[in-house]
This record gives sequence, C-alpha cells and structure tokens, in this order.
Amino acid sequence: MLYDVAVIGGGITGCMLLRELSRYKLKTVLLERSSDFACGASKANSAIVHAGFDAEEGTLKAKLNAPGCEMMYRAAKELDVHIKKVGSLVIIFSEEERPQLEKLYKRGITNGVPELRIIEKEELHKLEPDLTDEAIAALYAPTAGITCPYEMTIAAAENAMDNGAEIIREFEVCHLEKTSCGISIYDNDKKRRIEAKYVVNCAGVFSEKVANMANDTHFSIIPNRGEYMIGDKNFPIKPNTILFTLPSEKGKGILFSRTVDDNVIIGPNSHRVEDVEDTSVTSEGLDEILKGAQRLMPINTRDVITSFAGVRPSSSTKDFIVEPSRNMEGLLHAAGIESPGFASSVAMGKYLVENLEKMGLELVENPDFNPFRKKMNRFRDMNNTERNAMIKENPMYGNVICRCEGVTEAEIVDSIHRNAGAYTLDSVKRRTRAGMGRCQGGFCSPKVCKILARELNIPLEQVTKNGGNSYILTHKTKE
Amino acid sequence: MKKIVIIGGGPAGLAAACKAYEMGTKPEDILIIERDRELGGILNQCIHAGFGLHMFGEELTGPEYAARYIAKVNEYKIPYTLNSMVVDITPQREVSYVCSDGLKTVKAGAVILAMGCRERTRGALNIPGTRPAGIFSAGTAQRFVNVEGYMVGRKVVILGSGDIGLIMARRMTLEGAKVECVCEVMPYSGGLARNIAQCLDDFDIPLYLSTTVIDIKGKERVEGVTIAQVDQNRKPIMETARYIECDTLLLSVGLIPENELSKNLGITLDRVTSGAVVNQDMQTSCEGIFACGNVLHVHDLVDYVSEEAAHAAESAVKFADNVALSDKTVNVSAINGVRYTVPQKIDLSAITTENKIFMRVDNIYKNKYLCVKCGDVLVKKVKKAHVAPGEMEVVGFNAEEIQLMKNTAADITVGLE
Repeated sequence: MLYDVAVIGGGITGCMLLRELSRYKLKTVLLERSSDFACGASKANSAIVHAGFDAEEGTLKAKLNAPGCEMMYRAAKELDVHIKKVGSLVIIFSEEERPQLEKLYKRGITNGVPELRIIEKEELHKLEPDLTDEAIAALYAPTAGITCPYEMTIAAAENAMDNGAEIIREFEVCHLEKTSCGISIYDNDKKRRIEAKYVVNCAGVFSEKVANMANDTHFSIIPNRGEYMIGDKNFPIKPNTILFTLPSEKGKGILFSRTVDDNVIIGPNSHRVEDVEDTSVTSEGLDEILKGAQRLMPINTRDVITSFAGVRPSSSTKDFIVEPSRNMEGLLHAAGIESPGFASSVAMGKYLVENLEKMGLELVENPDFNPFRKKMNRFRDMNNTERNAMIKENPMYGNVICRCEGVTEAEIVDSIHRNAGAYTLDSVKRRTRAGMGRCQGGFCSPKVCKILARELNIPLEQVTKNGGNSYILTHKTKE
Repeated sequence: MKKIVIIGGGPAGLAAACKAYEMGTKPEDILIIERDRELGGILNQCIHAGFGLHMFGEELTGPEYAARYIAKVNEYKIPYTLNSMVVDITPQREVSYVCSDGLKTVKAGAVILAMGCRERTRGALNIPGTRPAGIFSAGTAQRFVNVEGYMVGRKVVILGSGDIGLIMARRMTLEGAKVECVCEVMPYSGGLARNIAQCLDDFDIPLYLSTTVIDIKGKERVEGVTIAQVDQNRKPIMETARYIECDTLLLSVGLIPENELSKNLGITLDRVTSGAVVNQDMQTSCEGIFACGNVLHVHDLVDYVSEEAAHAAESAVKFADNVALSDKTVNVSAINGVRYTVPQKIDLSAITTENKIFMRVDNIYKNKYLCVKCGDVLVKKVKKAHVAPGEMEVVGFNAEEIQLMKNTAADITVGLE
C-alpha cells in the first residue's frame, strides 16, 4: 500500500500536521515509536500557550508563534480541550533588569503579539497579590494561556483518525529508502515497511537521527533538559497568571503557574544533556527551580506531589527547521521544534502542508472533514443532576476508580476504546487523570490494570506502564 | 436521615459501627459507606499475623481481625453500602456519595470520619532519576501480591523502614524474590521493633540506617538504584554511593491521613498529624463530626484504632441523642521530644479515667520520664526505658491526677525530661 503522506512522530507537531492533512483527500499514516502520543517534549513542558514575545524577530519561531497562539484557542474549542487564557507576566526585580523587559516588549510588538504592555508595581501586585515585594514591574501578555499539552496532542490524533488518518504506534523508524514512487520506511528489525509519496520528519529529539537516515547531516539536535515540579491542588499559594522570571540565554526563565487542572507547576531549568532520552530529575535541578520560583512567590515543597523532566529538541540553528531533505526527494524535515513549538503547532501544521504542496503534494479538500471532537465525559466536572443522569445511563459512572481525581470506571473504559485510545497505564492516566493525584496511583493502579486487562482481553501481566518492556507485574504468586 | 453515618468500612469504621449498635442504636439508624468492593479496608491485604494481641489476646491475620468485626456487623444487621465513594459532607452533616445506583445524599445525626490514610509517594520525596515501571509504594505492592495474586518484581530494594515496607520485605522473600536491602534515611527505623526482628533479621535482609536512594536507573523498567549514606542534615555523602542492580523499588516512606473530605468541610487540621484536631470526645472542630483511626493520626497497632473508634462512636451516639458533650477545653501541647498528642484539646471538667492521651516521640530516647503538666503543675511522671518514633505512647489518669488537673485548670503539656 502506498500512502500519500507518512508522518514520523506523534508529538504535538506530528499530530497537528496529521489533523491538518485530514482536511484533504489523502491517504495518511502517522508512525510513533512509543505506546502513546506526546511522549517526548510535547508531554514534559510548561503546558503554556506562549503569547509570542520571546522569539527573535525574523525567525520562523517568531513567524508562527503569535498567530499560532490565536489558532490554538480555536483548535482547542474544536477539539474540546480545556484551555484558559490567563495571561502571562515576565517579572523584574530591579531597575537593572528593565532594559531587558523593554527589549522583550519591542520584540513582542514586532512579532504581532496583541494587547502586550508593561505594567508597574501597583497594578502588578493587584493582579498577583502573593508576589514577593521585590517584584517591581512586568511585561503583561493577556493572550498567553494554560492548557494540557498531551490532551491537546491526543485530541488532535483522535480527530485525525476520526477523519480517516491511520496511526501505528510502537513503530520506531530506523531506516529510510528512496523508491520509484516515494520513500520506504522500515522499523528496527525491518519487519515492517511503510511506503509513502511524502514523508515528514516530526521526530522531536530524534529528528536529527531521522535526518541522518536520509544522509542529511547539516543540522544537529542539542538535547537540553528542563526539570519541573508539580504541586497539589491544595497548594497554599497559586498565581492567577503565568509568572516568569526574565529569560536568559538558556530559556524563558523559571515559571510558576497554575495548571489547567488546578495544580501548580514550577520550572524549568535548562541543562545540556548527552542522551536525548535523559528525562531524569536531579536534586540540584529541583533546588534550582525551587529557588527560581521562590523569587516570585514564597513557596516551599511541602505540597509537591511529583517532579519530572523533559528534553528540548533545540537545534543547532536556534530556530525551527522546516525544509525539504537535501538528499532524499519527498522528505520534509520539521526539526528543532522546541518552545514555542506547542503554541505554534496549529500554525506549524498549516505551514508544513503549504511546504508539502510546494514539493508537489496535490491537495483536494475532503468535504467530509469534521473538525470537531467531543471530549470524554468527566464525572468530576459534572453537577449532581448530570452525575445522576450519567449513572442511570451507564452504572460504571457510579464506580469511582481514582479517588484523588474522581475518575470513574466509565471514563477509563471510554479512554481505551476511543480512536487513538489508551492501552497502557500511563496512557489511561494522561487521558483520564487516573493516578495523577496526590496518591500518584497508589490506590487506583491495581484497579486500572485490571480494567485494561479486561477491556483489551489480555493477561494482567501483559499490562505495561508505557509499552515495550515497562511491565508492571512479573508473574503470578506461587509460580 | 440516619443517626450515625460512618465514612469508611475499615477497622475504624467497623469498630465504630459495632459500638454504636451496642450502645442501643437501632441498626437501621446506622450506615457504613465503603468505597471498596468489600468491608475490612487495608486489613484485607495484611495477610500476616500480629493483629489483635491487645484486643483479643491472640495473634490474628489482618483478614481474620477484620472478619471478627464484619461478623458482628452482619450479626447486628448494620447496613453498609459498598463501592460507594463519599464526595461531599456539609457542616449540616449531609453526606453525599456516589455508587452504581446514582448519587445519594443522607442526613446524619452524627458523622464518624474513618477514611484511613494513604502512602507518601516518590514525588513527595523528590527522589532523582528516571521514572520507569517497577516503582511501587509498599502498600500498592502488597495489594498486588496478596489480593490480586501477582508478584511485582524479582530483585527488590526497599526505601523506608515503615511497617508496611518491613512486612513486604518478608512477603517478597517468601514469594521467591531477592530483597537486597531496606534503606532508611533516618538514624532509626520508623517501624515496630518486632517487625525488624521478624521480617528483616530472620531473613538476613540488611537494614541500612542513615541511607537513602539517590538515583534510579532504567528507561522502561527499573534496572537499578544508587544508594548512599546521609549526613546529619540528610544530605547524601557521595563517597559512600553504590549501585545496586534490581528491577523493583518499594517505597515505605510514611503514611498520610486522607483528609480531603475534612478539608472541604473546613475542619481544623493538626499540621503534625495531618489529621483533625479533636477533643477527648474525638469531636472535630465541626460540631457532630467525629474522627478516629488512621484518618485522625497514623497508629502503630490496629487494636488501638478499634479502641479509639469505639470511643468516637460513643461520643457520636451521645451527640445524636443530644447528650451534652464537653465544651470548655484547654489545649494539650506536645513539647520536648514529643511530636504530637491526640486529643489536642481536653475538657477538664469532663475528663474521666477512661480518657487517654496518645502521642509519638520524634527520636529514639532511653531512660527518660514522660511528664504531663497542667500549667506549671506536674500531674504525672512515667519512667520510659526506651521510646521510639515507630511506636505510639499512651498515658491515662487516675482519679487523683484528674482532680489535680481540675483544680489547676490550665493548658496541658506532654514532654520528655
């Protein structure tokens, strides 16, 4: 079978591209190496829709971020993904920092960020009463927002599938070969082959590796790790907006923000790592982000429930790289998509389709394309009348599996059977939040494992945390 | 309308229900709301022996201990609802819960909170390293092994020497796994002395004190951990670091009373116990709402949970019957090596020889006196040859001591000297 387009990588860029492609009459497939979407940088980031004042004027980042921000709000509506335009504040603590703030302001204006302005101490503290007194002024970007990046990615994948796109997971692309009608893609032991007229490399931290498969060696990915902490919903101090310290060479500065699920997020730092998959956290790193965030508000780690790290696929050009392969016809690279890659992703999807068209892809509109996807029912967000109605319709809504997040059996079953559905413990967690609360799955993970085994009709020992060798149970007792 | 609504069908809830009935409450006036598929709570997964020595004078397993109370609940025909999760309690004592029949609300004369506790997680410790499969809290592993019948690993390191960790060290060994060691960041174990002897020493499992896990390796499944000794400030001493190959890390790093419902209700919580502040009637700051068991403070022995729950039920029934409970209270404060007390408030005019003060110490001490003072007056002085954070201490009072406190009528302190 010959596909029109194969997308390598199920992160936000790949999934938004797949959805964009499903607007047209095309045979498309997405190949993802993990058992779920958004398993790289798309999962482990600040969960922010950046307004667009960070990127240097004239870069592709600058071109896509500010318009992408607006498009993201529309896409979130269509995909029924929770998003909140809460605004962001870049805070300064001394007059010496002011020139940098003004530089950011000017950059934002050039990049087309709407409603951007610098606010002074009084207004700032009115907006954020818990700020430390040293905060003297801030760059206020009302269009910035918070959302859930993996939910957005999964929703885009699901919507693309609803519109006819195909997705293959646990397919690690290891070899590319030019053929007479396109490109052949092989997995690690060459057991599986996918052939497509056009291939888009959206492989995130692995985009250099994929480029090398086509002998493109003119750019490199410099893995750059950022560490985070997540605080309980009961965190004693929660900001109203997204708070940043000033950006530096290394990144956007430490942020402290509320998440769309009402937790708080603290981080990231920025450290070069050798291994693109090194998402370990370090105690020095966690200290560093805590100290950074403590400049903003007087917080401590008492109510921290978990920590994590993500690896940014920073590119050697310091910008997003979107260009056709120099050595393999039909291959398009979308590499180095680090921040603001998430905020830019809807715009990026459209931009990549334009590039494919320039490369010769024929676009005929798909009249049946449905941009809308309905989110899963969330028991915890319902009022009591709705809850009763849902339980009457399906008694599994009356069985609360995750007590911390209030997730019911019906939601977990739904997450498994949807398009782009869950088949591992972590993928259920990302779709339903079962296991994301203060007990971190202590009580519900045995129950979720059993539901997975039942719904997928597999033995309990075959349920994994996130695919591959990530088994949870080794064997039956007494064996 | 129910006279007594009990949130939780574990040891505390069961004992409370039985006591409420024994005090003359009609069974149909009691309701136990349990979120799991059966009564008994965490006792169901504690298949080891050692329960009931105080209460029944014999050594029972967890399920046996629970069965004694469940049999009584059935004999008394006390109603209970399973797979039912309480989502809200109002200060007017309306309890809402979700079950497969829908969302129900029941008004209660008195509410007894008996929701138990949860385990502290890796996140709360911020252990560095990767996040592969194979990291379990000890209780989760216990459920998998004892209730579901599946092993969670073959080569195990245990961090934290809480009782569940010690019990699981033995359990995993008996099921054929190799337990490499138990690491404890503190210079002493948080578990019972008898568990260290019976679960570690008897199986030659080393216990490394002042030692913690400083790194976890493995992308998909745990491949190993690095452990290191810590200094007095609990900072790792890097020269002592060593790598241990294993596929499983169990965490037994503390229990936290599960007070989300209590928080929503606005009940005053004790920062040390993470449970409600109560008076000697086990009444919380919210009138008609009582707390007992591990939701109030983490106990060492289930026998004390049952005792405390019975006491809470007694007060709850009195409250529902409009019998006056204590009100004018003095504060009980923990000082000098004592971490907390329960109750935290006492009405001296109503105190009896039945009332006890439970507490835990903050370190291991030898040859100390446990001193109870009312204002500046020393009321009681008990010689303690050995006290440890893993074991609860308790004091009661005789008539003379009670009279002395009544005469003094001042705040009470409990400390070591």
